[in-house]
Amino acid sequence: MALKFSSLLLDRVVRATVLTVFTVLLAFPFYWMIITSFKQNVDLYTMENNPFLFNAKPTLDHLKFLFTETRFVRWLGNTAFVGVVVVAITLFLAVPAAYALARLAGRWGERLGIAIFLTYLVPPTLLFIPLSRVVAFLGLQDSLWALILVYPTFTVPFSIWLLMGFFKSIPRELEDAAMVDGLTRFGAFLKLMIPISTSGILTVVIFTFTLVTQEFVYALTFISSESNQMIGTGIPIFLVRGDVYYWGALMAACLIASLPVAFLYNLFLDRFIAGFTVGAVK
Amino acid sequence: MAIDAARLKSGGTGQSPFLSTAMFAPAVLYILLLVGGPFLLAIFYAFSDARIGNAELHFVGLENFRSILESPSFRVAIRNSLVFTIGSQIVVVVSANILAIALETAFRGRGIVRFLILLPWVAPISLGAIGWKWILDSIYSVISWTLVALHFIKPFSAPMWLGEPHLAIASVLLVHSWRIIPFSTVILLAGRTAIPKDIPEAAAVDGAGFWRTQFQIVIPMMRPILSVAVLFGLIFTFTDMTVVYILTAGGPFDSTQTLPSLAFALGIQGSDLAAGAAISLFLVPLLVILAYFMLRIARRAEVS
Amino acid sequence: MAVVETRDVTKVFKEGHLGAVNHVSFETREGEFLVFLGPSGSGKTTLLRMIAGLETPTSGKILIGGQVVNDLSPRERRVAMVFQSYALYPHLSVYKNISFPLKAQNVPKDQHRKKVEWAAGLLGIGGLLERKPRELSGGERQRVALARAIVREPAVFLLDEPLSNLDAKLRASAREELERFHRSVGTTSIYVTHDQVEAMAMGDRILVLNKGVVHQLGTPTEVYDNPADTFVATFLGSPPMNLVELGDVIVGFRPEHFLPSVNVTGATIPLRFKVDNMEYLGSEWIVSGTIAGGKLDSKKAVSRLPSALHLQHADVYDFVVPTRTLKFFDPATQQRVPEREIQWQ
Repeated sequence: MALKFSSLLLDRVVRATVLTVFTVLLAFPFYWMIITSFKQNVDLYTMENNPFLFNAKPTLDHLKFLFTETRFVRWLGNTAFVGVVVVAITLFLAVPAAYALARLAGRWGERLGIAIFLTYLVPPTLLFIPLSRVVAFLGLQDSLWALILVYPTFTVPFSIWLLMGFFKSIPRELEDAAMVDGLTRFGAFLKLMIPISTSGILTVVIFTFTLVTQEFVYALTFISSESNQMIGTGIPIFLVRGDVYYWGALMAACLIASLPVAFLYNLFLDRFIAGFTVGAVK
Repeated sequence: MAIDAARLKSGGTGQSPFLSTAMFAPAVLYILLLVGGPFLLAIFYAFSDARIGNAELHFVGLENFRSILESPSFRVAIRNSLVFTIGSQIVVVVSANILAIALETAFRGRGIVRFLILLPWVAPISLGAIGWKWILDSIYSVISWTLVALHFIKPFSAPMWLGEPHLAIASVLLVHSWRIIPFSTVILLAGRTAIPKDIPEAAAVDGAGFWRTQFQIVIPMMRPILSVAVLFGLIFTFTDMTVVYILTAGGPFDSTQTLPSLAFALGIQGSDLAAGAAISLFLVPLLVILAYFMLRIARRAEVS
Repeated sequence: MAVVETRDVTKVFKEGHLGAVNHVSFETREGEFLVFLGPSGSGKTTLLRMIAGLETPTSGKILIGGQVVNDLSPRERRVAMVFQSYALYPHLSVYKNISFPLKAQNVPKDQHRKKVEWAAGLLGIGGLLERKPRELSGGERQRVALARAIVREPAVFLLDEPLSNLDAKLRASAREELERFHRSVGTTSIYVTHDQVEAMAMGDRILVLNKGVVHQLGTPTEVYDNPADTFVATFLGSPPMNLVELGDVIVGFRPEHFLPSVNVTGATIPLRFKVDNMEYLGSEWIVSGTIAGGKLDSKKAVSRLPSALHLQHADVYDFVVPTRTLKFFDPATQQRVPEREIQWQ
C-alpha cells in the first residue's frame, strides 16, 4: 500500500516532481554529452548561441575525428583485452575460494571471508605508490600487463564476497545428493555447483568488467604512452592536445565508453545490491 | 552404491581441510602478495627518503610526517578530504532517501527512470567528471549561459566554477554527490522493499501519518542498510582522487587538493615516493574506523 | 463499541474481471465476535482491509457506528487491527510498541504509562515491557499485538488470521486466550480465518464467503445444521458433508450421522456400505467407502465412527442415516431446498 499524503493526486504530483528533478539532475550530463557530440565546433564555441539548440546542422565530424585521428579505438581494444584477462584471473581465483569459504571452512571460512572483504577497503590511492615500484621492478611499466597483474586486487575480494553469498543460498542437500551418487567433493564442485551458479558467475563477470573499465588510479600511474591507454585515462588526458580540449570528440568518447557498461550494469543490478547488502537486509 | 560416510561429512572442518585450503589458497596468496606486501611497503616508504629514480634509500624516522604536518597544502588536503566526504554524504543520504521513497511504488517507465538515475554511478568516474568539466567550463558553461539567459547574472561575468576556490570546492562536492546518489538510492530502495508491507499499514491503523511513519518506523528499521550505504559512500568518496584530478587537478592554487590527490601529486608527479606514501597513510585511520563499523554490521547480521 | 455495516460493497482489482469482493452487505451486532470464514481468495481479507481503510471499495458504503467512513483514513475510523504477522515494530520495545498508537494520536505523554500498563495488565504481559519483539515467543507476540490494539480503546477490533502463524499446539491455547480477551473487553470484533474449526469455536456468528460473495450469515449452529447451500454445507465440518446426486436433487448427510444400523434408532434410510479405506485417529475412525446397491449404488461416502467400533476392510455393512438429518439441495442452483420424499431403492 502506498503511503499517501493527504490525497492521491497530491501524492502523484509530488512524486512526479521529485522524480523529474532528480532524473534531470543525474542524467543531464549524459544528455549534454549527446548534444555536444553532434554539434559543430562553430556552434559549440560561439557564446551567443543557445546551447540547447542546434544552431548549425548536427555533424558527425567529431565521431569521425574520434575514430580516425585519435587512438580511441585502440584504447577500447586495450580496455577489452585487460577486461577479458582480468575476468579470467578473477574467476580462477575467486570461484574456488568463495566455494571453499562458503562450504568447507566452517566458521573460520566466514571470518576469512570477512577479512578478504576488508582488503577491498585498502584503496588504490594508498597502494599505488608501492605498487608503482613493484611494477617498475618487474619491468612492466607502461604495459597493460601491469594492470592485469594489479586489477585483481580489487576485483577478487569483491567477487569472493558476492559469490560466497551466492553459494550459501544453494542448499547443501544438492551436493550431498551428488556425493551419494558417487562424485567427490571437488567433482561436485565442478560438475554441479558451477553449472548451477551460472547466474552468479555471470554477475561476477559483468561487475569485474565494469570495475576494470571504471578504474583510473592504477591506469594513470602505470601507463604513460598514448597507445597503451585505457579508455578511462586516454579520453580525459589524450583527447586534450596542449591546452586545447576537443570537447566534441571528448563527449562522444565518454558516451560511447559509458553506455554499454550502463546497460550491462542495469541487467544485473539486483545481484549487485545483494553483494553489497548480504546479511544487512533481514 | 555404498554411501561413504566419511565423504558425506559436509560443511565441517572434518573432511577436506586439504581441498578447502587448496581452493582458497591462490586467492589468499595473491591478496597477501599484492595487497599486504605493498601496504607494508607503503609504511616502509613513509619512514624513508625514497624517490623515483633514486637507487639509494635511507631510513629517516618521522621526518616525512613532520614536514607534511607543517605544510599548509597538507592541512588544506585533510580539510578538503573531510569536507568533501562528509559534505557529499549528507547530501547523498537526504537525496537518496527521498528518491528511494519516490521510486518505491511501481509506475510506468520506472525501469527507464532507474536506468537514467544509475548513469552517474555506472559511468567510469573520469568520464562523468570530464562531462562535468565541460558543463562547468569557465567560458562555455551551459549553467552560466542559462543563468545569463534568466537574467540572474550579467553576460561575460559568469562565475569561474572551477577557477574560484570556493566555487571549485562546491563543484567537487557536487560531482561527488552526483556520483554516489544512485548507488545509495538503489541500496536504500532494496532496504525499503525488504520491510514487510504490514508494518507501515499497522502504523497507519495506529494513527501515524506519512512523516511519522517514515521517521519513527521505516527509516529506523532500515538502519543496517542505511549504515551499509553510508559506509561505502564514505569510503568511495574519501579514497577517490579521480574527481579532483579531472575537474581541478587540485587547484586553483591547491585549494581543492585532497589526501589521495595530494599523494599522487607529490608521490608520482613529484617523484617523492616517501612524501606520497606518508600522505596516503593518513587515509588509514578513517578507513580503520569505517572497517570497524562494517564488521559490527556483519557480526550483527550473523547473529540475527 | 460500534456496529460495522457494509452496503453493497464491491472491490474490483482488475478491470473486467470478477471482483475480489462482490456486493457484500451485512451488519454486525454490538459487541459480537463475527467471523469472516472462507477459503483463500474468498475476499475475506480484502473485505476486512476495506473496513480498516487500507483498501478503498470500488463501490458501496462502509459504515462504522452509523457513520459512513468511506472517505476516512484508518486513523480516523477508530479501528484497531491485529495482522497475521502481528506487525510489531521490531526496533521498538514492547512498551514503545504499545504506546506508539498513543503517540501517533497525540495523547499527552503523562498518560502513556498508565494506559500501557492497563493494556499490558489485561493481557498479562506486564513483565515483558522492556523486551524487543524478536525476544518473544509467538504467543507473547500475539498478546503484544492485542495490547497495542486495545490501548486506544477502539470502537472495532479487526483480526486478520492471527493464529495461522502459530504452531498447532500453541494455536489452541492462543485461541482460548483470544476468546477470554473478547469476553473481558467486549468490543465488536471481526475475525478473518480459513479454518472452520476456529470459526465455529470462536464466532458468535459466521459470515461464510466464497469468491467475494456472501453465502450465509448465521450462528455456528445455523451454518452447521442449516447450511444455505452446498458450499456452506461442505466447507463446515470435517470431513465434509457427503453429497450425492439422486435424480433431480442433491442429498447431503454428515459423516457423523452415517452409522451402522445397529447403533441407531428412529426413522432412518438404509444404505449398504462397502469399506474401502479406514483411518484411525485415536478418538474416532474415518471410514471412506462406496454405497452398494439401490439408487445410490457406487457413490462414494465417508463415515465417522466411534473408535470402539471396528470394521473390516472390503466388507459390506448395513449403514443408516437418520431421516431428520438429511439435507436437500437443488443441483442447478446449489441452494438448499425443503425436505422431500426420496426413493432410495
